[in-house]
Amino acid sequence: MLAYLTKRLVASLVILLGVSVVTFGLTFMIPADPVAMIAGRNSTPEIREQIRHQLGLDRPLPERYVRYLGRLVQGDLGKSYARKSDVGELIASRLPPTLLLMLAAVIAELLIGLPAGIYAASRRGRVSDKTAMTLSFISVSTPQFVLGLTLIYVFAYLLGWFPLGGYGSFSHLILPALTLGLAGGGWYSRMMRSSMIEVLRNDYIRTARAKGMPEWRVILKHGLRNAILPIVAMIGLDVGIFMSGVVVVENVFGWPGVGQLMWQAIQSLDIPIIMGVTIVAACFIVIGNLIADMISPLIDPRIALR
Amino acid sequence: MGGFWKRFRRDRLAVFGLVIIAILVGAALLAPWLAPYDPSEQFFDGLTLEGAPLPPGERFWFGTDTNGRDQFSRLLYGARTSLLIGIVANGIAVLIGTTLGLVAGYVRGVLGAAIMRLTDLMMAFPALLLAIALAAILKPGLNIVILVIALVNWVQIARVIYTETVGLSQREYIEAARAMGAGTARILLRHLLPHLVPTIIVYATLGIATTVLLESMLSFLGRGVQPPTPAWGMMIFESQSYFLNAPWLVFIPGAAILILALAFNLVGDGLRDVLDPTQRGRG
Repeated sequence: MLAYLTKRLVASLVILLGVSVVTFGLTFMIPADPVAMIAGRNSTPEIREQIRHQLGLDRPLPERYVRYLGRLVQGDLGKSYARKSDVGELIASRLPPTLLLMLAAVIAELLIGLPAGIYAASRRGRVSDKTAMTLSFISVSTPQFVLGLTLIYVFAYLLGWFPLGGYGSFSHLILPALTLGLAGGGWYSRMMRSSMIEVLRNDYIRTARAKGMPEWRVILKHGLRNAILPIVAMIGLDVGIFMSGVVVVENVFGWPGVGQLMWQAIQSLDIPIIMGVTIVAACFIVIGNLIADMISPLIDPRIALR
Repeated sequence: MGGFWKRFRRDRLAVFGLVIIAILVGAALLAPWLAPYDPSEQFFDGLTLEGAPLPPGERFWFGTDTNGRDQFSRLLYGARTSLLIGIVANGIAVLIGTTLGLVAGYVRGVLGAAIMRLTDLMMAFPALLLAIALAAILKPGLNIVILVIALVNWVQIARVIYTETVGLSQREYIEAARAMGAGTARILLRHLLPHLVPTIIVYATLGIATTVLLESMLSFLGRGVQPPTPAWGMMIFESQSYFLNAPWLVFIPGAAILILALAFNLVGDGLRDVLDPTQRGRG
């Protein structure tokens, strides 16, 4: 177990190193010359050379990368163009609302996906199964900004059940969490259905049925316990999918998190923030995958440790 | 082939999806003839006296947008953007993914390991954020959007093709082909690739749905194709602030994106049931 964990941990660190190489490489593709931007149009070559030296741009590439990596490790993501403040601090201050939204979205997608999948598996091949699976296709085909705006129009504007947007109370959380989680719910319902169908083929299920156990008990007691195992491990992977979704959802709902920060940075082309959020998101994904890798063998001993 | 069509036809949802795709492709191709107006023309009578967009009506079937342009015409031309990007960007992604997956799965060794570590690395980035970062650095436009989407979308198919190729490579007929002196290129193209065609078709179809959604998100964030080219996501982006007064400006293009993505998902799922031998006979 320890060897397995060490191996996964090392692999994660290598990936994070790779992420830093990619983001370092991306900064070279930025067409604007930082020296010209700082020095201004009327600067002499000597001043430009001086600034180049101060920024460390006259150093060889490997050295510049090591310095860049050193800053990243210390949590220094650079300064925002527009806000003149520290990108790391900006992101950190925006994280709590985003984490709250993601947590609510996980709960929403599980509450939608698991019952729908279990129901569809138990009614396999019938109209209700087909309907549930068609609905799941519709949910994964809906762009989140369209879903979010539609929910706002119907449930906030027409019916007035929820606020039009913003942050603060539980009722502010419902619509954005649904918007972020619905596609995942559709996805989980398909996973849950096929996992359940797989489990229901086992001999011990046949035995339980032969004993005269009611079908709903067979499904909930013997089926669910085994069918849910592969699903639980996937929750860690949702973080990555949500990191894309929050940019759209937080903008639509005026949710003051990392996604909104990213949206504003996209509109003003604030590259340090865009790169910073990308790096933080990549860290989240790597950690999420690591957690998924660690949970799977714990909850399901049949999974071999490689 | 006849058996294929017979089984595909039984999946009513997949056939429905195929019909939708045919209609939308037709609408995109015939846009210049079907569109009642120029999609960029700003009509004097396209806005109310207060300057608000017009709701759907007799003159403008799907209403007008905040600039007084005909939304139906913009929708038709927007179908061109969505389908063009969906098919071309996904086509490039499938080409890259298939090539890399095939090579990594058959050649293995250092090259194979390097390719697979690259896919691990790509998986660490959220697709939309990486696409945004690339699109923000490069100047946005049709070609860049296609390139950016292809660059972030090849990973999944590469992994699927890799897994299948590893399995196929251990078969005896590959051993036999090698024993008869077939070179690596010949084995890849003549002995492995044909067996992967069903998988490629399925993932190419499902990938178009993903691509259409990613393109719409990029264009909703203002980082997709640039005006005046109409794109569905951008039509919603432009009218977002006006949305509560003119909901048709969001609902109509939004429904178009949903229908297009859904159609490709349904057809892809139908194809998977028909083409994937491991799924055959299951409900």
